[in-house]
Amino acid sequence: MSALPTSTVRSEPAMTPSSSRIRYAVPAALAIALVAAVPVLPSFYVTLLNNIGLAALVVLGLVLLTGVAGMTSFGQAAFVGIGGYTTAWLASNTELPSWLQWAGGSPLAALLLGVLLTLAVAGVLGLITLRLSGHYLPLGTIAWGIALYYLFGTFQSLGGYTGLSNLPALKLAGFTLDKGEEIFYLIWALVLASAWAARNLLDSRSGRAIRALNGGQAMAASMGVNVFRAKLTAFLLAALLSCLSGWLYVYTQRFVSPTPFSINAGIDYLFMALIGGAGQLWGAIVGAAVFVLAKNGLEDILPKIFGSTGNYEAIVFGVLIVLLMHRAPGGIAGWVHSRWGGRGARRVVPDAPALPRNTMPARGAAVLKVRGLTRRFGGLVANKDISFDLHAGEVLAVIGPNGAGKSTLFNQLSCCDTPSAGQIEFRGRSVVGWNARHIAAAGLARTFQHVKLLPRMSVLENVAIGAHLRGRQGLLRSVLRLDRSEESRLLAEAKRQLERVGLGAFLHTEAGSLSLGQQRLVEIARALCADPCVLLLDEPAAGLRHGEKLALAALLGKLREEGMAVLLVEHDMDFVMNLVDRVVVVVFGEKIVEGLPEVVQADPRVLEAYLGVAE
Amino acid sequence: MDLQIVLLLGQDGLTSGAIYALLALSIVLVFSITRVLMVPQGEFVTFGAMAMAGMQAGKPAVLTWLLLGLAVLRALAALPAVWRTRRPPARGVWGMLVYAVALWIVMKSLPLQSLPMVVQGLLTLALIVPMGPLLYDICFKPIASAHALVLLIVSIALHGVLVGLSLLMFGAEGARSEPFSEGGLELGPVMFKAQTLWVIVLSLVLIVGLFVFFNRTLYGKALRATAVNRLGAELMGISPTFAGQASFALAAFIGALSGILIAPLTTLYFDSGFLISLKGFVGAVTGGLMSYPVAALGATGVGLVESFSTFWASDYKEVIVFTLILPFLLWRSLTTRHSEEEA
Repeated sequence: MSALPTSTVRSEPAMTPSSSRIRYAVPAALAIALVAAVPVLPSFYVTLLNNIGLAALVVLGLVLLTGVAGMTSFGQAAFVGIGGYTTAWLASNTELPSWLQWAGGSPLAALLLGVLLTLAVAGVLGLITLRLSGHYLPLGTIAWGIALYYLFGTFQSLGGYTGLSNLPALKLAGFTLDKGEEIFYLIWALVLASAWAARNLLDSRSGRAIRALNGGQAMAASMGVNVFRAKLTAFLLAALLSCLSGWLYVYTQRFVSPTPFSINAGIDYLFMALIGGAGQLWGAIVGAAVFVLAKNGLEDILPKIFGSTGNYEAIVFGVLIVLLMHRAPGGIAGWVHSRWGGRGARRVVPDAPALPRNTMPARGAAVLKVRGLTRRFGGLVANKDISFDLHAGEVLAVIGPNGAGKSTLFNQLSCCDTPSAGQIEFRGRSVVGWNARHIAAAGLARTFQHVKLLPRMSVLENVAIGAHLRGRQGLLRSVLRLDRSEESRLLAEAKRQLERVGLGAFLHTEAGSLSLGQQRLVEIARALCADPCVLLLDEPAAGLRHGEKLALAALLGKLREEGMAVLLVEHDMDFVMNLVDRVVVVVFGEKIVEGLPEVVQADPRVLEAYLGVAE
Repeated sequence: MDLQIVLLLGQDGLTSGAIYALLALSIVLVFSITRVLMVPQGEFVTFGAMAMAGMQAGKPAVLTWLLLGLAVLRALAALPAVWRTRRPPARGVWGMLVYAVALWIVMKSLPLQSLPMVVQGLLTLALIVPMGPLLYDICFKPIASAHALVLLIVSIALHGVLVGLSLLMFGAEGARSEPFSEGGLELGPVMFKAQTLWVIVLSLVLIVGLFVFFNRTLYGKALRATAVNRLGAELMGISPTFAGQASFALAAFIGALSGILIAPLTTLYFDSGFLISLKGFVGAVTGGLMSYPVAALGATGVGLVESFSTFWASDYKEVIVFTLILPFLLWRSLTTRHSEEEA
């Protein structure tokens, strides 16, 4: 094992048991005090707490969607509406069609149907917007939120704009929850259960796939994440939590009308997520609480100031959000996080059995064959008719002046980009037109010239994203925590690879706090975690100190011994010439020379390209 | 449904379609230059209509206070930098304050109600257009390079603030202004209302004007360059702040003018602008938020669909119009090969 020197960087702060105990003790004490106080609280406050809980469920979904997956929706209120109206309609309609007779009057059947309807609608909306760039989901949800609002108001069977009133109370397992003080317990039990499930999800293979979206889709896809599916999952989960809130809403209010599901309500939910802080799960509860309480207070105070009634709190919240986005985009949770540090000590990574490894190709076999590769961007030819082979157990460098088309070449080899012409064969199969995810599954891993890590995530979890395709556990098992044995094997693998690149002391540090050179090493560890047979490294030595470079060279040498094929782009000529077996020189998109380092160094064409010649 | 009804509905559809097209162009313009999805576009429409109707009804021009407030706010926002650098703020900051005060005095002293309609319209524009760059400076300039999502959120928040202020300034009652001219034009079996012709003609003039501005003038080309590549344009000496301010000024101009045009046709309320501008968004989406001609065509289509669905299924008018966005998105989704990377 080669260990890279890591002397000068601050090591992570030791997390004492007492500080993590305080972290949990404060919210727990608050929760217990609230639960104990509910029976004696005036019903006005219980109603407020219920409203906070109902909103928190929706906002929790938005935190997953916005803060974690980097997408956003203004239509969450519409999903609340689907859950609410399904429930209200089934509960109030005495003449259900025969195929729905079984569901009449049954709260659980209403929930089931509401969820199915929500998933269907959200699924369609997701299918048509999530492949497009990020603006279309919010726009689509605005349009859809407005359309649904008018639809609710138009259907006479849904009571039109006046709504449906006198709905029955919730009867579950023999209990009737017909007072706010009673349904309080159900609401908050579901809020806490959802928060627990969301926390489990984020701490798992499926959750990391969703979190990886925020690090750039090219990165996520190159690690084998099905980007579209991860986006759709986050969107469906957020819709699901909204639907659940709508179901509870109906049994809390015993009344529905279109207004609470309008686009303005959808905007309010997003504001709650932003005020609380979309980067942390508990931000959802804080945001919902602050918003509901502040709105309540402002509705009392503002009309007295302005002298007439109106929706004036919108002005205050709007100004607040603009200020928040300017000064503290992380919201309350982000501010607390930056002030009092990370999420606390993580459990020790257990020594789990190693993951099974792929069979490596035979030493010396040509794993990557490139023939006549050409890439045009409009009139610019970035790569022109490039051909070369890469063999197992070889380190090959692609060098060339800036703008020679090296990164374009890398993007095509890793299927992040499609060639205009030419062939790429990976282990005997043509991969032109493949998805980045597929070539990752076939055994090619890469790093990026501009480091693509998730700065707020721990180094260990960042690296574990690389092992995505070596795990199998899905969403449901992650949420229920049935994935632990595989999860510990994935984390153990990530830890092993981090130790291998010399970052064993930084497992739980936030990746963003490392130096650039160390971040490059994290990227290499992440690529190694995928158990590849071909490694593409885009400027791995840039930003590394001398000692770190030596250690990296030693590591690459060792990988070569093991039969790995390494292709690297690098500007540090000392590093390249002492390490690699062969060099390909690219100038203005064309390969001009290929050969042994010393031959290339002496080639007049290379000297001309780098230094120019005297006429 | 006979020919007369078709022509009548078509006329209505084209009128609103022309307004949606103007708004769609403005949305595409602001988006391509600043990456901001201009959700508050509709508030400029409301302001334009309300200012006209207010003047004609003899009400005080409350929007002068808003302009003054924004100018003061921007001057205040510039103070910390002045304190830090010990250098006076940009000339525009004081200039705008002077302008706002001067306009306030002019509006106070003129007999607004009895002025010719053209002058009322010009005063309305003089009042609203500067709000565009002011809002850009206050809300978007400090975060010009932020993630597109942040810009969108600020845009939505700004919309909320402006709608709230709109209620405060204009109250909950609807308002309608007088038509530009009476009478109309009889063409075969159908009578074109004069106001309809005004809307269509002025929209066309504006669209052609924008085309000429962007293709023939240096400033227009500079804005286009910024839209194509912000950094590249900046290196060529085009200030991104200027581009942002200019695009917001154009947005405010187009919005206010749309408001002036439709105020005689329909009763507008303090929050009507939002729905109107969202239909512009549907049009802009059909053009992929990029193509001006497709956006204009799409928006005209939205106007026609809306008008004809009033006839067939008037209860479902808004549902149909806003669901219209889905097939367009589906089509784009099927024709776009890669999921594009976030800007």
